[in-house]
Amino acid sequence: MSAWKPITQLAADVQAGRTKAVDLVERSLAAIAEHEEYKAIIATLNETAKSRAKVIDEQVANGVKLGRLAGVPFIAKDNFLVFGAETTAASNILRGFTAPYQSTAIERLEAEGAICVAKANLDAFAHGSSTENSDFFTTLNPHDKTRVPGGSSGGSGAAVVLGLAPFALGSDTGGSIRLPASFTGCVGYKPTYGLVSRSGVVAMGSSLDTIGPLAMGVEDAALVLDVMAGKDPLDSTTIAKDPAGYVLPTQALDLTGVTIGVIQEYMTDALSPPIKSEVESAVAKLRAAGAKITQVSLPSLPLGLAVYYVLCPAEVSSNLSRYDGQRYGSFTADAQNLFDSYTRTRETGFGAEAKRRIMVGTYVLSSGYYDAYYKKAQTVRTKIINEFAAVFNKVDYLLGPTAPMTAFKIGENTTDPLQMYLADIMTVSANLAGVPAISIPCGLASGLPVGLQLIAPQHADRKLLQLAQKTEELLS
Amino acid sequence: MSQLSRDDVLKLASLARLSLGDDEVEQYQKELSSILAYVEQLSTVDTEGLAPTNQVTGLTNVMRDDQVQSYGYEPRDLLNNVPMTEKNQLKVKRMIG
Repeated sequence: MSAWKPITQLAADVQAGRTKAVDLVERSLAAIAEHEEYKAIIATLNETAKSRAKVIDEQVANGVKLGRLAGVPFIAKDNFLVFGAETTAASNILRGFTAPYQSTAIERLEAEGAICVAKANLDAFAHGSSTENSDFFTTLNPHDKTRVPGGSSGGSGAAVVLGLAPFALGSDTGGSIRLPASFTGCVGYKPTYGLVSRSGVVAMGSSLDTIGPLAMGVEDAALVLDVMAGKDPLDSTTIAKDPAGYVLPTQALDLTGVTIGVIQEYMTDALSPPIKSEVESAVAKLRAAGAKITQVSLPSLPLGLAVYYVLCPAEVSSNLSRYDGQRYGSFTADAQNLFDSYTRTRETGFGAEAKRRIMVGTYVLSSGYYDAYYKKAQTVRTKIINEFAAVFNKVDYLLGPTAPMTAFKIGENTTDPLQMYLADIMTVSANLAGVPAISIPCGLASGLPVGLQLIAPQHADRKLLQLAQKTEELLS
Repeated sequence: MSQLSRDDVLKLASLARLSLGDDEVEQYQKELSSILAYVEQLSTVDTEGLAPTNQVTGLTNVMRDDQVQSYGYEPRDLLNNVPMTEKNQLKVKRMIG
């Protein structure tokens, strides 16, 4: 697990000609080859990455001033459209689909000089908490090959921790960035809903989907967010960037006068004791550094998972209806008629979890059940949002573990889908409320990484990243 | 009503344009019933006076000028992934009969 320099340093080295972009790309590709056994990567973009790096090195030689990510390699979860590359979302139905256009997030990173070197594994269509729902293969946890890396952005988490690239992109609908960050031991950032454009990213649950970075440090994650954030005409749900941006100030956050609420619903006796003690030790360090710590309660948080597993499948069933084999992806050549072509394409193209979610979604949206399930879940969502708003009148930030467990064994939770869903119990509520949240490494429990989750009000991303950086410093 | 019958699952599959094998029907009957039983806890929550949340951006009616913008793609670039085309158009199987 080789460490990369901080991203600003790498880009400065490339700009100054001290490091060649070509060498950074080669180093990344070599690391990918060396760690192939972890199966973090679905495909590498060797030729396009090398030729982009060559152009950057030529520009440096010609004295061109490049962007803030000049020559920095990165890895995108395979649900991001990258120009000219296959984008599968780790699903059989999208095998062979070549992106005819590019996601806004990738466009913005490339405009600053970053180079996409590979596409990372995920649970197919980002449905899952372990990458075991990938239609291709399961990614192994860098700390223990018999365990999962978390999901759905498990390939991205493993890639960053293995040092395959300085950062990776993930998507987070119910915890898919934070959970793998927690399980693999890196930083995973889920921004305020709408802060990063989803244009060109395979849609899952549109009222919940967010995009963010995974990196080894908060500073790197903040820089990558700063590059991607802001309004995009191609995604009408996007919001304006904070005028101050997200690049962290050199002066670390002063915790005097800062109030942090520890979420009681997440710190129960049911929580595994080693995780609880790591989180409590982080809390003690924050208190010693001057933060005011208070215990807070959001009584409806435990309902978050049930709300999520109504709303998310409902939105999934709608978003996945586009995969019908007519316009792209797999296709049933010998179908008798259009209906037969739809059903047979979808039967073979979707894995078990996608079908499960499509059918649950179809059920809760169907006539007669809509009010009882879908509308009720939307209303309980309001209740959760109101509780977040009320608690943020009293505290600046919320704190708790990212997950109730550390990385579990491969196969441990595959027989019961509901058991697998429980991994998301502490992460889904931030998506329901649209608030920003981050997972940062917080010690080890039996040798496996523990994630600390920090949450802030909507639009307080800059403030949240500052607290995360301060906490990272206190925990190191 | 969270215990799904075999017919319920087949109907859902048909509505969702999925065809299922026999073993799958039995599996989903069990799994979907257990998921629905779990989410049923919401029915007892007091939500009196609360409105449903559709989205959390606070944005309303995001409009743009109705003008064609060029993104530099040719129709053939966008049709590259289409399995069946004819005269630069998407072709599908017979719909009726």
